[in-house]
Amino acid sequence: MTKIKTLADLVKLRDELQSKQALADSADNAESIIQIKVGMGTSGIASGAKAVIDFLVEALEKRNIEANVSQTGDMGYSYAEPTIEVKKPGKDPVVFGFVNVQKADEIIEKYIKRDELVEGIIPVNYHTIDN
Amino acid sequence: MTKYKQIRIALNNCGVIDPENIEDYIARDGYMALGKCITEMTPQDVIKEIKDSGLRGRGGGGFPAGLKWEIASKNHADQKYVVCNADEGDPGAFMDRSVLEGDPHAVLEAMAICGYSIGATKGLIYIRAEYPLAIKRLKIAIDQAREVGLLGKNIFGSKFDFDIELRYGAGAFVCGEETSLIHSMEGLRGEPTIKPPFPAEKGYLGKPTNVNNVETYASVPIIIRKGASWFNKIGTEKSKGTKVFALAGKVNNVGLVEVPMGTTLREVIFEIGGGIQNGKKFKAVQTGGPSGGCLTEKHLDTPIDFDNLVAAGSMMGSGGMIVMDEDNCMVSVAKFYLDFTVEESCGKCSPCRIGNKRLFELLERITKGQGTMDDLQRLRNMSNVIKDTSLCGLGQTSPNPVLSTLDNFYDEYLAHVKDHKCPAGECKDLMKYFIIAENCVGCTACARVCPVGAITGEKKEAHLINSETCIKCGACMERCKFDAIIIK
Repeated sequence: MTKIKTLADLVKLRDELQSKQALADSADNAESIIQIKVGMGTSGIASGAKAVIDFLVEALEKRNIEANVSQTGDMGYSYAEPTIEVKKPGKDPVVFGFVNVQKADEIIEKYIKRDELVEGIIPVNYHTIDN
Repeated sequence: MTKYKQIRIALNNCGVIDPENIEDYIARDGYMALGKCITEMTPQDVIKEIKDSGLRGRGGGGFPAGLKWEIASKNHADQKYVVCNADEGDPGAFMDRSVLEGDPHAVLEAMAICGYSIGATKGLIYIRAEYPLAIKRLKIAIDQAREVGLLGKNIFGSKFDFDIELRYGAGAFVCGEETSLIHSMEGLRGEPTIKPPFPAEKGYLGKPTNVNNVETYASVPIIIRKGASWFNKIGTEKSKGTKVFALAGKVNNVGLVEVPMGTTLREVIFEIGGGIQNGKKFKAVQTGGPSGGCLTEKHLDTPIDFDNLVAAGSMMGSGGMIVMDEDNCMVSVAKFYLDFTVEESCGKCSPCRIGNKRLFELLERITKGQGTMDDLQRLRNMSNVIKDTSLCGLGQTSPNPVLSTLDNFYDEYLAHVKDHKCPAGECKDLMKYFIIAENCVGCTACARVCPVGAITGEKKEAHLINSETCIKCGACMERCKFDAIIIK
């Protein structure tokens, strides 16, 4: 990675990263892609998040679905671990709770492929600093 | 702004970014606050901003963070230190762990900001070795920040140098106290010393040292970015901003909750927490860990902030919140916390070392049905002595669970002492299992499930429990389909 020597360097890097993210998030362009985040804090991993992330990476590749799967920290829903967030281009992210391998399979087949809703959605219950 | 009860400030990036990728953090305005401080603000400006924000230390005491920074900045020395207290030791608390695992860069950035404002070039994170994942992610984060030049020499092309190292704690509760923590980092025994001198004057290696908790630091970059006047609009008059709670115990939605100061316990437990498990009745909520107290139904509408919780006989602590239902015996709860403090007392001062042990013994007698009315008075007297005479925060607060349960659940203590009964049915020595002969059909299910063979009786005839051999495990009661087994 290039060195950040001034505030301008940091602003430039941030803007690049943000516009890349915006392209990935919005629908109908070459960069748009499904993004899946798996909650991998200690509580998530203890409940089996590692098996879920491994399954997602493998299953999505086998089924020819292009997606970015990444890990993230604790989403705060310890009672419903493992939790994953699925963000389809142009749509609001959806958080699913109690995701084991079977549930992950169902989410791919129903929500990701056909936009059908799957049980176990955790509704957003907090404000972020920007709203 | 009123749609949801929660606002995520310290948890802003937690569960959003990949904690092992600095680019994710930068894309969410990461390190912008540090850049702004170094290039556009003087150290005094930064301290003023933090003071104006009203941010109070999230580790327990609630000391104003800006004031702490100011004191450290005014003490001159050739070397100063910034320390992050990540020695989260309260039973049931996991806020700091989650922040470090989910957003390690926020803590690094805030420590660098603190270093810039007080004139320190070295940062140390004291983290418990029991948090391997947090340690791993912090190490990755530090390496990445060094690689791009956000830690190290001449940050943002300025003359400001700052680097961070990790120090591991062996999980001693007393090391969450700042003087003990510093001694532990120096390689000495983790024992507290009398303040003053405060660490801001003479801390790590005798140099001025600023110690703050993980969550305090995690709030700093956002305060700098969005301004003190944004932050101090959230919360109550004397407690600004938000607080993260680790909601645990007999509540439906166990997890992390971040609410503005001034939110009521009822809102946290019943709205965000989804109420009590299995439709049972709420009995108490324990806040502040072993230093805190148990609050009851009458406190449910108290707005949570530093001062209100103290007034109610508990404290904010680092943010553990353990919910109890009707099946929890409050004498046992007090005993549980005392057991913890007895174990964790460093032994340096006698009120804490000996007094807590005696308190524990008194509680044990009461839970065995051997307590007297004098014991109840002795519990209270001794608690007050320990509080007044202990050296550090551990001993000064360790009797709080006893005092608050005595205040709020005196009836339950009386039941143990006078009637030799445990109303919640938790104290095993005070219960006996009985079979109601009329209800028993003689199905033998209980006799078969009893692990010690304490139940006898012929098929299709009423059975009998031998209370001498019975270990009171409750397996028979669970198995019985005819409600024939009761606890007396």
